[in-house]
Amino acid sequence: TYADFTPQASFDIKKCDVHKLEEGPPLQAVLTREEGLQYYRTMQTMRRMELKSDQLYKQKIIRGFCHLYDGQEACAVGIEAGINLTDHLITAYRAHGYTLTRGGTVREIMAELTGRRGGIAKGKGGSMHMYTKHFYGGNGIVGAQVPLGAGVALACKYLGKNELCVCLYGDGAANQGQIFETYNMASLWKLPCIFICENNKYGMGTSVERAAASTDYFKRGDFIPGLRVDGMDVLCVREATKFAAEHCRSGKGPILMELQTYR
Amino acid sequence: MYMYYGITMVFFTVFWVCHIYIYINNMTLFIFYHVSYQNVTPFLCIIIALHSVEYHVLPCDICIINCILLLQVTVRDALNQAMDEELERDERVFLLGEEVAQYDGAYKVSRGLWKKYGDKRIIDTPITEMGFAGIAVGAAMAGLRPICEFMTFNFSMQAIDQVINSAAKTYYMSAGRQSVPIVFRGPNGASAGVAAQHSQCFAAWYGHCPGLKVVSPWSAEDARGLLKSAIRDDNPVVFLENELMYGVPFEMSEESQSKDFLIPIGKAKIERQGNHITVVSHSRMVSLCLDAAAVLAKEGIECEVINMRTIRPLDAEAIETSVMKTNHLITVEGGWPQFGVGGEILARIMEGPAFNYLDAPAVRVTGVDIPMPYAKILEDNSVPQIKDIIFSVKKTLNA
Repeated sequence: TYADFTPQASFDIKKCDVHKLEEGPPLQAVLTREEGLQYYRTMQTMRRMELKSDQLYKQKIIRGFCHLYDGQEACAVGIEAGINLTDHLITAYRAHGYTLTRGGTVREIMAELTGRRGGIAKGKGGSMHMYTKHFYGGNGIVGAQVPLGAGVALACKYLGKNELCVCLYGDGAANQGQIFETYNMASLWKLPCIFICENNKYGMGTSVERAAASTDYFKRGDFIPGLRVDGMDVLCVREATKFAAEHCRSGKGPILMELQTYR
Repeated sequence: MYMYYGITMVFFTVFWVCHIYIYINNMTLFIFYHVSYQNVTPFLCIIIALHSVEYHVLPCDICIINCILLLQVTVRDALNQAMDEELERDERVFLLGEEVAQYDGAYKVSRGLWKKYGDKRIIDTPITEMGFAGIAVGAAMAGLRPICEFMTFNFSMQAIDQVINSAAKTYYMSAGRQSVPIVFRGPNGASAGVAAQHSQCFAAWYGHCPGLKVVSPWSAEDARGLLKSAIRDDNPVVFLENELMYGVPFEMSEESQSKDFLIPIGKAKIERQGNHITVVSHSRMVSLCLDAAAVLAKEGIECEVINMRTIRPLDAEAIETSVMKTNHLITVEGGWPQFGVGGEILARIMEGPAFNYLDAPAVRVTGVDIPMPYAKILEDNSVPQIKDIIFSVKKTLNA
């Protein structure tokens, strides 16, 4: 069988654009068989879960808002592959994918979406408010999760456990004032925070060119070093996340990653 | 350290006054000398006088001993001590805000804390409320116990989304999975001459939101006990101080000096017993209510003054019990009238058993429904004064 042939393979990955960095992540990634199968399984499950949610939403079995992650699976899976479950993560409302990678089960997620007691928040949270261990949601207010994420990073530094916080936001949120306030404090206090902008080309319904004077989101951190990463390649995302995590854990302070993706 | 300054000051004042009195040899006058500002202790002075006669000792000696036991502590110092003790007790507690560290606090409430605890636990922030309030909430979610200071609650409006949507609602939205043990504190309400944008009272705004506890201390004892309770509480607590009260000294009993002295959140205190009318208030207005009650007592009207201590959860039961005794009610607050604390109290009384005991409609005494003006005469007339409280009491009592 193919399994006997080799347990791993090496792939060339796209070079990342860098901002205020000497060098970027490596240009080659090694993928083992187990990892490959695990990433594939998770991404496929995520895709199926999101498409099913879409159906249920159209049938009005899921009410209110339902922000789906299908198309962006490589981001969530790649990021998780680059950190540990003991690290922390927070994102905005397009959170189902992260709920899954952070330890939630499909059953809990779908029960939550359909407002059932067996849901991850007992039906009280809904699509945008799901939580697991070291995963702080699921946040409805655009941009509000970014200072929260830096606060989690502050706690990581304070408690001295060598953990970091991955703090995600979208291209729409990237223009929020509170994010710039957060960049300032995270940089001043050297918080172990990886800021990740998931640029899926649209902020709600508005395209990035119409919303942002500068669409180089990885440079918007100014004094914070940045990377622009191909968000459709799980290995690219993984290597970039490992690179960023190394940067944070070595005490250099925050770093910013822009994942170019699509939904 | 500042406690000892206080004692020394009181000692010298009392010492000289006592000597003059003994010289005059007028025990009657001496008995009516007020040792404290707010809590008049004439009986204590009689005891001092009697003891001094009995033991053939100068009354001033007894007085000094009693003054040392009956410490005069300002609200500022009470808050400072409370934070100091809680920082010492729990490693996870830390303070962040503008000027809290190296400047010793914009109003010196955090004086000496940075020197004692250092950069890790007392953090100076840039002037970015939304950012640092969010950081504080995130730190609370991840297991720390932050005290987030707003220089005044007016600036909390910039961060109000983090207070309400990120802090207050999270425990419920996560079905109890994610708690947010944070305290937001700072001066609230009118100050002196700071004009419209720096004088708003936020008791009603925060009191409106489920998921928050909202506390409004008056005296030094309130400040100490309630701040300790707030810091130990696992819920987000909004702690509304008052800038004009920071320098006011109060007697503090020995019990209240203990490191585990806690005042339960959600329980009001009856500051003055009375049976003609119930006067409910919070924060600085309690002082005015007590002053008004003293004036009214001379005319034979005995007011029962209730210090709410907590805005949310409101101690409706205490107010109802009082109203069922006195049959009359007024509320006094510094904030605006519409949709305010007074309005809530009146609504609760209407909905509860106490309504049947009212002999007259309950009335609210509030700040005037305008943005706070600057000119002193206008500002003075924009907040309740003693005469307004007296007027409302008399009107309610038809006296």
